[in-house]
Amino acid sequence: MDHPLLDVQDLHTHFSTYRGTLPAVAGVSLSVRPGETLALVGESGCGKSVTALSIMRLIRPPGRIARGRVLFDGDDLLAKPRREMQDIRGGRIAMVFQDPLSTLNPTFTIQNQIAETLRVHRVAKGTQARQRAVELLEAMGIPAPRERLRSYPHELSGGMRQRVMIAIAVSCRPDLLIADEPTTALDVTLQAQIMDLLARIKQERGLAVILITHDLGLVSQFADRAAVMYAGQIVEQAAVSDLIAEPLHPYTQGLLRCVPRLGRPDLPITPIEGSVADLLALPPGCRFAPRCPEVMHRCREAIPPMYETPTGRLVRCHLCDHAPEIASAEKTV
Amino acid sequence: MQGRFVAHRLLQLLPVLIGVSFIVFLTMHLTPGDPIEHMLGQAGRITQQQIDDLRAHYGLDRPFLLQYGLFLRNAAVGDFGSSYSHQGRAVSQIIAERSPATLELTLFAFAIAILFAVPAGVLASLRPQGRLDRSATVAALLGISMPGFWLGIMLMILFGLRLHWLPISGRIDLAVVPQYITGLYTLDSLLTANWPGFWSALRHLLLPALAMAAPMAAMVMRMVRSSMIGVLGQDYIQFARAKGLPEISVVGKHALRNALIPTVNIVALQTGLLLSGNMIIETVFQYPGLGKLAVDAIGAADYPLVQAVVLIYAVSYVLLNLGADLIHAALDPRVRLA
Amino acid sequence: MTRPVTEDDVLTTTAATAPGMARLLLGNRVAVAAGLVVIGFVAVGLLAPALAPHAPNLQHPEAIRQPPFWYSAGSPQHLLGTDSLGRDLLSRMIYGARISLLLGVAVVLITLVVGTALGMAAGYFRGWFDAVMSRLVDTLLAFPFLIFALAIMAATGPNLVALVAALAFKGWVDFYRVARGDVLAAREADYVTAARGLGATTSHILFREIFPNIVPPLIVLATLRMATIIIAEASLSFLGIGVPPSIPAWGTMVADGRADIAGAWWIATFPGLAILLLVLCVNLFGEGLRDVLDPRMRT
Repeated sequence: MDHPLLDVQDLHTHFSTYRGTLPAVAGVSLSVRPGETLALVGESGCGKSVTALSIMRLIRPPGRIARGRVLFDGDDLLAKPRREMQDIRGGRIAMVFQDPLSTLNPTFTIQNQIAETLRVHRVAKGTQARQRAVELLEAMGIPAPRERLRSYPHELSGGMRQRVMIAIAVSCRPDLLIADEPTTALDVTLQAQIMDLLARIKQERGLAVILITHDLGLVSQFADRAAVMYAGQIVEQAAVSDLIAEPLHPYTQGLLRCVPRLGRPDLPITPIEGSVADLLALPPGCRFAPRCPEVMHRCREAIPPMYETPTGRLVRCHLCDHAPEIASAEKTV
Repeated sequence: MQGRFVAHRLLQLLPVLIGVSFIVFLTMHLTPGDPIEHMLGQAGRITQQQIDDLRAHYGLDRPFLLQYGLFLRNAAVGDFGSSYSHQGRAVSQIIAERSPATLELTLFAFAIAILFAVPAGVLASLRPQGRLDRSATVAALLGISMPGFWLGIMLMILFGLRLHWLPISGRIDLAVVPQYITGLYTLDSLLTANWPGFWSALRHLLLPALAMAAPMAAMVMRMVRSSMIGVLGQDYIQFARAKGLPEISVVGKHALRNALIPTVNIVALQTGLLLSGNMIIETVFQYPGLGKLAVDAIGAADYPLVQAVVLIYAVSYVLLNLGADLIHAALDPRVRLA
Repeated sequence: MTRPVTEDDVLTTTAATAPGMARLLLGNRVAVAAGLVVIGFVAVGLLAPALAPHAPNLQHPEAIRQPPFWYSAGSPQHLLGTDSLGRDLLSRMIYGARISLLLGVAVVLITLVVGTALGMAAGYFRGWFDAVMSRLVDTLLAFPFLIFALAIMAATGPNLVALVAALAFKGWVDFYRVARGDVLAAREADYVTAARGLGATTSHILFREIFPNIVPPLIVLATLRMATIIIAEASLSFLGIGVPPSIPAWGTMVADGRADIAGAWWIATFPGLAILLLVLCVNLFGEGLRDVLDPRMRT
């Protein structure tokens, strides 16, 4: 396949609020190739979850997708009829959320919730579905799967619940898995286990993954490429190794400086000045300008375009203006 | 575990019953108004001796606590004494005769209320502040703002007297009374293929059931609507959609089940209002059930009958709440551990 | 993920001050309109002697069962017609407002004070008092209020004081539960602990610290309960055991009109409409009040 599995082009998602329109996602373009893992990185409130929900077309009023295209395997998801989209959700693109306790329905058994997905996507039903559920739970490393099926979500531990959610997500063999902060609600040892599980099934099933996280450590371990988001826009996109070795955007640099490094106690941990941009009161120019240590005059005038370096890295910063621009944040394949 | 829970709750019934019966006993005996006089009424010239004899016969000359003690002892074996205002017939028998009528009416009213209110609440919650929601909210407000007796009368006027569609009193056409199996005319008629009987019973039930159902439906609809709105904002609903479930399944299966939980609780709490409403509606429609029986009995100072009816109501209240708890536990696995 | 700013956020920040609350309430046009209607009813009741075209109990033998003025047999003398004794319906309805409002306010005030006091005591001091009250409340709840009211009224006969007692008998339970619940929560709150740490006395804590915080839901409850009480009083009057027959009351009027529903339908209909309108507006206003004072109670 020579086109990307997922190609998001100039996505804009807005929320109508009491105090005005909130541009949660303002011109996001990204792509994922089959089997590739893209990390979507940023602090809370930067729009990464909204981007994921927009891809799945799960945005509901007062939010709406204002502009853009989401090409999945060549088709624009935003133009698809509802029924087809329902088939795609869970069937070809699946999503795993942050808090498995609140994301699993407390009044239904695990079996019910897994079998339901299988049935809706016409993969299996009845006793066959039950059997598949057992196999899935086993594959996720859950002990005593038959007993677990009859349990309710509140009867399981946090780690097991997350495994169940992942099991549901991959049950219908999707091509793309979106994992929205899959380990944030878990403690560290569980985090490692879940990430191992994800790495394993990614390998086994050839899944493409979008990993949404604020944890740069996870990014470096798990992802191939990373896109850094700030205030609804992507500010830098590159292969993970490049990004961490040589961050180009001041925000990325700031993020990396915040992370303590094992074995380097001499490196200072420097927070980023200022506070996260208020999306209802955005500055006219670069959204990071108020906090940027290297801000220039032209940064405040207009939003910088996305520049592309010779190595294929993307940076939305005038510091890299020696590189050619990509026509106003729209990336054409 | 289920059995233990039920038994425990039934046991809690006892102090409530005793408390209720004591309070009613006390009230009836403290209030002026002599049942003996009511009984004798216009019987002509009565000597004081006859009055005293009658009084002794009914044990009304004994000290209060003794009377109460005797009452409890008899009640424990199901003997509620003889009615003063029903020619001395056994109270338990009178109650047994009239209970099915109220049971049938209440079930019918419940069914109407639920069948209407739950879908309305769900649909209203899907588009809050939309047209359906606003009309439903107005209707619900009207439902709880209307006096039940007035609604009954309005229904009588409209459907009974103006349109001549439905009868305005009684339970059934005497000509087509079905054979007694359960005492519920509709059911008995169905079981004996007595179509005219079924039809007649249904027609007589409709207006009083509607009048009873209105405030219930209003309350249920608002509760369903508000819990649905709360539930629809939950994460697991988003996950259900992310799984690719059709919206009907998301709303009807995942959301509704969770939304019914607080609804059931509220309905149980309002049982007292339901029973009051029943008494009023039965009086308005001259419907021969327990409610009308109670109102008449209090008016006649018929102590034994009043005691028994009140106890029935108290038992119904506890049983309904118990039922609600069981339904709650059935819907919500998280409470079953208790 | 960016959480969009919602109305609740704006409400909770603006509604923290009294002028803020007043402004929010006034913004709710429906509630304001309803409130004005209720005030209208109060005005009508207060000005009854001046407003009513006739004396309410005065019988007009020449105009028995006269239909409302829009019928050909009606007349502008009796705008809404007359009842079976020739009494002017409109005048009786105007006077009827008095007793309904009066009883409503009286009963609500009594149940509010009693219920709140008991609830605060039970919630704050717990112990045997709370336990005993729990049993009592459970028992009371098992009654339909009507049974009690019937028993009391059947015994005492038509008597306003007894009526108030009958209506208030069960009503205090709601206030009790809200007050108790809120006090239970409040007593663990930081501001109470702080006050205790500063050496505040129990009565100071109860009245100066906790009480002001539980007032808003109580106000909302009082308004909504008023609606229930008006209907309850009307129901009792309808059954003949409410307001004494010499005082014009809407419930009694509906009962009077019941015998005539085949012909003089207006006698039973209009008083009921008055009840409906007043109660509806009280409810609407109460809901508006609740949205402002206690959004978490919102249904």
